[in-house]
Amino acid sequence: MKPPPFDYCCPDTLDEALALLAEHGEEAKVIAGGQSLVPMLNLRALHPGVLIDINRLPGLDHISLEDGQLRVGALARHKAVLESAAVKEASPLMALAYPYVSHGPIRNRGTLCGNLCHNDPASEMPAVALASGAEMVLQSTGGSRAVAAEDFFTGTLSTAAEANEILVEVRVPRVPAGQGAGFHEVSPRKGDFAYVAVGATLQVADGACSAARIVCAGVGDGPHRARAAEDALEGSAPSEDSFRQAAAAAADSIDPNEDFHADADYRRDLVRSLTRRALADAASRCN
Amino acid sequence: MTTPRTVELVVNGESRAGEAEPRMLLSDFLREQLGLTGTHVGCEHGVCGACTVLVNGEAARSCLMLAVQAKGTEVRTIEGLGGVDDMHPLQEAFWEKHGLQCGFCTPGMLMTAVELLESTPNPSLDDIREAISSNLCRCTGYQTIVEAVQAAAERMQGEGQ
Repeated sequence: MKPPPFDYCCPDTLDEALALLAEHGEEAKVIAGGQSLVPMLNLRALHPGVLIDINRLPGLDHISLEDGQLRVGALARHKAVLESAAVKEASPLMALAYPYVSHGPIRNRGTLCGNLCHNDPASEMPAVALASGAEMVLQSTGGSRAVAAEDFFTGTLSTAAEANEILVEVRVPRVPAGQGAGFHEVSPRKGDFAYVAVGATLQVADGACSAARIVCAGVGDGPHRARAAEDALEGSAPSEDSFRQAAAAAADSIDPNEDFHADADYRRDLVRSLTRRALADAASRCN
Repeated sequence: MTTPRTVELVVNGESRAGEAEPRMLLSDFLREQLGLTGTHVGCEHGVCGACTVLVNGEAARSCLMLAVQAKGTEVRTIEGLGGVDDMHPLQEAFWEKHGLQCGFCTPGMLMTAVELLESTPNPSLDDIREAISSNLCRCTGYQTIVEAVQAAAERMQGEGQ
């Protein structure tokens, strides 16, 4: 279908964009890459009064590593993040997950920050952000605030960002020394939305696992952290057995949605298998 | 203002202009305002890839871009690739290897392949499959498309292009 009518502004500065957002409030939607927003417009799932195009704002396409944090700006495209050496260094989990993010033409235009704001429950990056303890820097005419990932993702296609705020940057803490990461996904075709994806990070010292993080996508109304599975691993040896037990706990912790592609039992099975594989990978990469 | 505005851009090397409401998709702008109907419109929500064009050298879904966003850009469409008398090596290879049947996906497949071969002149089979994974074809089963892209890459390498 075709999008419904809307007004369109293309400001040249962040201040101008924020002023427009303050003026239009709930009527406005911010567009960057548009790879999630335009499909929703075409399907007429959204009827914004005005689109505020931030593509011309200067200085927001950065991907940098400063003060122990990976910082990715609102206009950093998926392609640039995927290819970034800073990302590989600061967040191996993100680097492992990125090849699963959509297809080339979508990655050319889509942005990491836009993907996080869209918060599709089957999307990889909200889960990665949650596992990594990322924070979102939201800016409005009133100033800026940082919101932790666990508070940011509030439900299907919903976040804590207010209507007058722009996600200008996501900050991901640099991976602690010795942490290993694993990421596995099952989708109909590579690059399609996940049926289920699981990411895990882990430390292994003196033969014991610690500080495990296990996150799932595609299992509910947003990224899901399997805390029971993380707790099950704390202090246990990194073995096939303990990974199996943690994977079972992860599968028990979800209340998956169902559709004609994948019913709840299948998604639980996937969580079980993918968690085990992600943990095994993570343990093998601890050093 | 939802009223139309003028969009000036370069399409296939020529300066072009047309009128577009903010909601007009680049795909519709190319087809309806500029008469370039070679760009096909399939799913209109970014899944099928039939409408893929190059924007500033990068493959993009023209159904996921507003025409007003294309202002000042350089767009390449299937019409710029080659005609009946001067086909691009990719077009020749698709013809020879039966890389199409109904032809609906072909413009998007070709523009996706152009981007691949311009950045990766000697792609592996995995590179080719990864690249065209963004485009749906319901006729060929993809194998002949992969073979066509591979053949075109070899020919272009041979010609030193």
